[in-house]
Amino acid sequence: MFLINCPYCGERDQQEFKAGGEAHIERPKQPTELSDDEWAEYLFMRKNIKGVQFERWNHAHGCRKWFNMVRDTSNDEIKAIYKMGEKPPSQ
Amino acid sequence: MTKNLRVKSSEYIDETNRISFKFNGKTYHGFKGDTLASALLANDVHLVGRSFKYHRPRGIMTSGSEEPNAIIQINPGTNRTEPNVRATEVEIYEGLEASSQNCWPSVEFDIGGINNFLSPFFPAGFYYKTFMWPASFWEKYEFFIRHSAGLGKSPTSSDPDIYDHRNVHCDVLVVGAGISGILAAKNAAKNNFKTLLVDEKNELGGSTIYENNEFNKIDNKTPSEWLKKEIDELKGIKNLEIKTRTSVAAYHQYNYLLARENLTDHLEAKDKTNKIRQRLLKIRAKKVILATGALERPLIFNNNDRPGIMLSSAIKKYSEFYGVACGSKNVFFTNNDSAYESALSLYNKGINVEAIIDIREQSESKIVKKVKEAGIKIYWSHTIVDTTGYKRLNSVSIMKLSNDGTSVTGSKISILCDCLGVAGGWTPAVHLYTQSGSKLKFDQEKKVFLPNKNTSEQISVGSCGGDFKIDEIIKNLNQKLKDNLNIKETDLDNIKVEIDQENSKRNIWLLPSDKPMGKTKPFVDYQNDATAKDIKLALREGFRSIEHVKRYTTTGMGTDQGKLGNMHALGIIADTAGVKMGELGTTTFRPPYTPLTFGTIVGRNVGKFFDIFRRTPMNDWHVENKAEFENVGQWKRAWYYPINGETMHQAVQRESKAARESAGILDASTLGKIDIQGSDASEFLNRVYTNAWSKLAIGKCRYGLMLNEDGMVYDDGVTTRLGENHYIMTTTTGGAANVLGKLEDYLQTEWPELDVYLTSVTDHYATASLCGPNSKKILKKIIPDLDLSDKNFPHMSFKEANIGTIQCRIMRISFTGEHSYEINVQASYGKDLWKKCMEAGQEFNITPYGTETMHLLRAEKGFIIVGQDTDGTMTPIDLQMDWIVSKKKYDFIGKRSLYRSDTMREDRKQLVGLLTDDPNIVLEEGAQIVSELNQSPVEMLGHVTSSYFSPNLKKSIALAVVRGGKDMMGKKLFVPMENKNINVTVASPVFYDEKNERLNA
Ligand SMILES: [Zn+2]
Repeated sequence: MFLINCPYCGERDQQEFKAGGEAHIERPKQPTELSDDEWAEYLFMRKNIKGVQFERWNHAHGCRKWFNMVRDTSNDEIKAIYKMGEKPPSQ
Repeated sequence: MTKNLRVKSSEYIDETNRISFKFNGKTYHGFKGDTLASALLANDVHLVGRSFKYHRPRGIMTSGSEEPNAIIQINPGTNRTEPNVRATEVEIYEGLEASSQNCWPSVEFDIGGINNFLSPFFPAGFYYKTFMWPASFWEKYEFFIRHSAGLGKSPTSSDPDIYDHRNVHCDVLVVGAGISGILAAKNAAKNNFKTLLVDEKNELGGSTIYENNEFNKIDNKTPSEWLKKEIDELKGIKNLEIKTRTSVAAYHQYNYLLARENLTDHLEAKDKTNKIRQRLLKIRAKKVILATGALERPLIFNNNDRPGIMLSSAIKKYSEFYGVACGSKNVFFTNNDSAYESALSLYNKGINVEAIIDIREQSESKIVKKVKEAGIKIYWSHTIVDTTGYKRLNSVSIMKLSNDGTSVTGSKISILCDCLGVAGGWTPAVHLYTQSGSKLKFDQEKKVFLPNKNTSEQISVGSCGGDFKIDEIIKNLNQKLKDNLNIKETDLDNIKVEIDQENSKRNIWLLPSDKPMGKTKPFVDYQNDATAKDIKLALREGFRSIEHVKRYTTTGMGTDQGKLGNMHALGIIADTAGVKMGELGTTTFRPPYTPLTFGTIVGRNVGKFFDIFRRTPMNDWHVENKAEFENVGQWKRAWYYPINGETMHQAVQRESKAARESAGILDASTLGKIDIQGSDASEFLNRVYTNAWSKLAIGKCRYGLMLNEDGMVYDDGVTTRLGENHYIMTTTTGGAANVLGKLEDYLQTEWPELDVYLTSVTDHYATASLCGPNSKKILKKIIPDLDLSDKNFPHMSFKEANIGTIQCRIMRISFTGEHSYEINVQASYGKDLWKKCMEAGQEFNITPYGTETMHLLRAEKGFIIVGQDTDGTMTPIDLQMDWIVSKKKYDFIGKRSLYRSDTMREDRKQLVGLLTDDPNIVLEEGAQIVSELNQSPVEMLGHVTSSYFSPNLKKSIALAVVRGGKDMMGKKLFVPMENKNINVTVASPVFYDEKNERLNA
């Protein structure tokens, strides 16, 4: 059970949070311009790597804010947490 | 006549408090302070169980939670019975009853013991090899296996005890209250760290508390004397909390640990009532200090499992701590000096020690000299090659070891004995350490796995960190505390320690016998009867991975997780495969360290607290009026209201007719309600719904369909425009929380530029849905001054009004196809509103109806229920709801996916109506649909999603999803059931009032 440092509330137990998959996948601004393949890339393709992964998390049972997390999936070390819209820390 | 082996009075045993207990039906006596194991040993009872596979007689082996053999059933036949309890951990109390497991008819005479003589037929992987073929026989094999493998019985009635959970936060958690743990906790607390010290035992001090080796001195006192003084000093320390009988079961990442605090297991039945039995502590610690100690290893030799063969350290504890001699003729077998301490302990109390068999060539330590002076015979460079005694050890045979330790030479000597202490060295208890995700490294010199790379703020101190001698322990503990807690001085700076320095060791993982390997039984895992022979066989059969060998041979797979034998298994694998220990890795230790009861895991979440549920403000009325309820998500919803003993079918038919013929009323309070405000609210709705919203006038309502980005229907509901920048959205009952979450997600992450605010108001409003041709008259009676004309208050519009002083929001919308109103009031007025409607409706025979009738009525109209007629694979086009998908809007959630080649396929499953040729046959929901009966295999075209007998149409109706169904109007299909084939015809999903004339009736 992680201890997650919500950028709005501070450290809280993982059970207050919901994981939201890979981060930094922006919804295309003009979906109708995209080919089936390009849209499928946005819609379906997600990374699931062993190692450093960028993820979205939501403080669902708290402030309900979404934020980003950099997590090493091999040992669950949380390397960074930053707000939505902020630039990811350089690796 | 049982012997009394109580040899000295012990300060931990209260001999004035005599306790009687039963074991396997026979009454014994012990004293307050005894464990079941120590009390049985004092009565000379060693035989306590049978092994799992061979049903070999087994005795008490250890004095702690690592016990593999003395696994017993507590209080059999009562509702407090508990299987798989370690006798070494049970504190006795008056009236305790216990019995052996895995034996029938008794531990003394066990039918399954025949397996022991058949053991050549039970090699490693026996179960895998034997029960594989033929596959169809598996059920019969399973029956056989389940009946022969009787690891205890679970209670048959409900648990009378109370369990609890508690969150605990501390700066420093110290696990284990041996010498290292006590010193660590003391110094942490003294330096203002909020400290929690826990130990699984009921007394503090670990093994040092009975450490009376005269050659070890701390500040000129014996370790035991010195530690007692330290423990006394703990009492006055602020910031220090101590919990005994508390076992840490799991160590998760981020220093989150679960511990079980045992509060009443040691009490008599009469004192257990109305108390919390066990409490699960959920501990968040800033720093963790593991002081979990070390477990003594046995030695692996032929027939090393007979009752009477124990760990040498256990013999010492029984002698020193409990004042119990485990035998009257004792022999020790060792590869290091530990056994000499145990031997001296017995010798000093006048108990016979016949001999010590030592695989080393020599040792010059002071304690060995002392043993020699005592006249105890020591056999250097010898090993035990066999033992005798079926239900109790009666002799060991020894031979001289070859120089390389792989064979034996010379003649065989037999020594009579009834107890054998084995000492194979010490294994750091790194179980919790590895659970935390931290990594071990093999220390070639000490022949143990030691903590190497920590993943969280933690240190391992004392013997679990690899320090076995008191001087090392104190020196390294002192440095680790200073570094980890960032403190300059400790109590330990000026401690003087003297120790018996010499302690050589000779490590041989598998000791040779004069018999060939195949004729020996050197047990590695006692609980699962895995022998060194099995491990070697697994290697010969090609297994290499430690995890595979473990599963194939079942080594370490028992309830003790192989705490005693894992190192030997690794050693034997390394030796056999010709690789270095450590290169193979080690096995993974998983939580819990010791088993937890289900009660502890669930805590207070039992019975009605198992899951939370929600009730509407009108709930009391439904209960008073004998409604049956159904669970919808967490809600308890009125399902139907039977009167005069009606069946569900009868009640639903009556309710459905009444709603169409006169008036019905439904509690719709559970529908999700989201208040949407902000200058971009209209634009936001445009983006989340498939249809257009910008032009919806204030005071008007509109039905909306929400998709996922993949184009599949996600939720639906009516949204009303309350003001220029103000809407109220309704969602499905089950979807409310997820819809809010999804909308928030888009607002925060994709469209942060939109000025929109969302608030869940589901619980703030109670909703009564009034429907039927007389609904207007009823509403008129309640709110006489509201103009209900179609002109002023048409279908799909909204009014604010007052019922007396109660403000209400009324939407003229319909989910039944009838003229109807949804009246929303503040939740606290919900029951008043309901009663007023019932009163006003009495003259029209207003009929309350539940969710079942609601489902039937909407099915007559072909209205979908998201989650019943859809399953996450249906687009609005599949649902024949093209009309709600805006062609003009540039974008909305899921729009692009409606033009993917897959979603545009003509042969997708599509929603259609089904009519049975025999109007009285009601299809089963979920039933499959085919177009051919005499074909095999036959393509499944789809399935029935909703099906009812319509009292208004007087026939059976159904909704279904059918491959290419849109173009099958009028086509004959079949629903094959177990005993019959049902003929059906594809129809429009709208069965009733296709022109929607009743909305304005
Ligand atoms: Zn937060």
